[in-house]
Amino acid sequence: MTSLLDHRLLFVTGKGGVGKSTVASALALLASTQGKKTLVCEVEPKGDLSALYECGPTSFAGREIAEHLWAMSMDTEASLREYLKINLRVPVVGRIGPLARAFDFVATAAPGVREILVVGKLCWEVREQNWDLIVVDASATGHVIGQLAAPQAINSLVKVGLVRQQTDWMLDILSDPAKTGLCVVTTPEEMPVNETIELAGRVGAETTVSLSTVIVNRVLPELFGANEEAMFEALCAEEVARTLAVESGGDVGLIFEGAHLAVTMRRTQAAHLDRLRKHIDAAVPFLFLPYLFTRVHGLRTTRKVARAIDEELGS
Amino acid sequence: MTPEIPEPPETRRSPARRGDGRSSGRSSGRNRSQKDAKPDWTPREQSRPGRVPARGGGEASLDTLVGAKEIVVACGPGGVGKTTTAAALAAMTAIEQGGRILVLTIDPARRLADALGLDGIGNQERRVPPERFSQAGVKPRGELWAAMLDTAKSWDDLVRRHAPDPETVAQILANPLYRNISGRFVQSHDYIAMERLFEIHASGTYDLIVVDTPPTRNAIDFLEAPQRMADFFSSRLLRWLIAPYRSRLVTFASRPFYQIADRVLGTQFLSDVAEFFILFQTMYAGFVERAQAVGRLLRDRRTTFLVVATLESAPLREAEFFASALDERHLHLGAMVLNKVLPDYLRDRSATRVAEHLRESAEEVAEKVAATGPPALGDREAVARVLRRVASSFLDFQTVARHESEQRKELATSPDLLVAVPYFDSDIYDLEGLIRLGRQLWA
Repeated sequence: MTSLLDHRLLFVTGKGGVGKSTVASALALLASTQGKKTLVCEVEPKGDLSALYECGPTSFAGREIAEHLWAMSMDTEASLREYLKINLRVPVVGRIGPLARAFDFVATAAPGVREILVVGKLCWEVREQNWDLIVVDASATGHVIGQLAAPQAINSLVKVGLVRQQTDWMLDILSDPAKTGLCVVTTPEEMPVNETIELAGRVGAETTVSLSTVIVNRVLPELFGANEEAMFEALCAEEVARTLAVESGGDVGLIFEGAHLAVTMRRTQAAHLDRLRKHIDAAVPFLFLPYLFTRVHGLRTTRKVARAIDEELGS
Repeated sequence: MTPEIPEPPETRRSPARRGDGRSSGRSSGRNRSQKDAKPDWTPREQSRPGRVPARGGGEASLDTLVGAKEIVVACGPGGVGKTTTAAALAAMTAIEQGGRILVLTIDPARRLADALGLDGIGNQERRVPPERFSQAGVKPRGELWAAMLDTAKSWDDLVRRHAPDPETVAQILANPLYRNISGRFVQSHDYIAMERLFEIHASGTYDLIVVDTPPTRNAIDFLEAPQRMADFFSSRLLRWLIAPYRSRLVTFASRPFYQIADRVLGTQFLSDVAEFFILFQTMYAGFVERAQAVGRLLRDRRTTFLVVATLESAPLREAEFFASALDERHLHLGAMVLNKVLPDYLRDRSATRVAEHLRESAEEVAEKVAATGPPALGDREAVARVLRRVASSFLDFQTVARHESEQRKELATSPDLLVAVPYFDSDIYDLEGLIRLGRQLWA
């Protein structure tokens, strides 16, 4: 199986709030520090990349934000312009205004039209061999299938025309597991795990893309090893706690309560992780990224996550 | 659509409700019936309306807020517990205030159905069995009902209602593009949720409807959905687009579009699209009127919004953005609910000192414990390891808890009511759990 960063095109998805954009940014950062010429593309331009790299606004044009690392944000209208310019060689600039708006209407009713411009642009970049790796901060689990399945959807609706001819080479790229991979990011919580399981099933059934990795984000550390938990319980006994209070200069009650909370949280997570592992094809590798005990995002966090991914990939 | 319902139970008793100064028949659950289903729109006054329950009264709580409302819309970023919060709030209202309370969810999670004791929730409202409440040890004053939004089915209903004749209905339902607009068109989900809310509210069956909103790409999408739907069908562009298929006359202005579109997409596809729009246009008037009514309902003073979030940076940023979006649209932000908040004791300052000391001098402390404690604690090194681990873990969690608390202070848009719900150490899987959460909200 192709190692994660050896793909050409890597879609990163996940339920909202699990840290999908953070992981995508970190993957791209990691690849770029390994010397790969990397493009990271934000499909829904909410400014996440700009916040995660602290690099200022990104646009469709793409911009070098660090050595070997370029960032862009998707824009379907710009993608349409580019497409028409490349394929039709018509002087579209003057006429594109109403065209883009009319296109908007068509795209609203017809599935896959908007999505094909997203996937088409990305596949085009792969075909042109502009990059060693393209990391896509894709749409959330609910919408990503529509994007990945866009070429088939278009194939079934559009029987003739230029678009029809072009879905073939896109499908070649998307269905080659050595070129294209899908990473699902989740957290060890109930709903994200449910969505990941559901998505894994749908990816297989509805798209030609292979699920290459599940990345479990924000995994709490195991507080105690074997036998240590019994020891902790013994420490909680009243007379021991008194000794501890004297020795450490204050009541340890809250600290122990915090440890109980940490153990419970970890245990809840473990149950969801078991369920996740059981429902995902055993051939799909898992990466576990630690909970970072900080609730801020920024370049520093992105770097930390990149290091964590690096360690997981190395092991 | 509306289920057969026996005589309503005890009406919600809420002073705030009566104090609202509206005395239409609708404000009493007891008097409602199918007959007075016609909505009576109370226009919202222009000057920042409806911040009634919180300011001045001194005693702001969710309980007074929902007591004064007929619709509570729970919104906010994904993954923060919107659905559970909505269900817990509805359950508490049924328990404490009585009346007939509906939770309208868009979340197809089995878990909620299970928690409510329903074997699946569908488009049709169903009552949560009263035995479930007695099993949970409470005697509710009212009834709790639940329904789940079925987008495709709701669209079909909408078409049946608005299309001029059965023939058109059949044609629309059979159009290949229709399934796509009803199933995949993202905003259709948002729109249909609001439309269904309108429908149920207009039926006058419920004293309170708590609705949770679809996880949108952009949290405010669903607020725009009614307007966008109206714009969509009334657009000149739409008429321009389908004109050639109606009149077979391609205008000078639209020719370049068709030339390009033909080459790219093929003629057949375009005429499929056009046929779809032509059919859909027959529903234009009904649609636009309805979309506008839905918009008015959201702005009505009987409706309030609950922004649900957590104190993590990204969800909180989204929630703040959402709160300001509500404000701009003159929609009433009733409260902000912060879920999964770490307990306050984690920020205790004296505990910090103790934890730091414990981490630095774990060996010395362990030695004392080994000397005086039970034999189970005889292994000095192991005890030191455990102590260090416990202390570091506390300090780690403290960092997060402190950060949370900072975030909370910095909340740019301070809503009238901020409710923090502590982290629950297990997932909520039954009505008891929902009520436990509900009590935290209510307090």
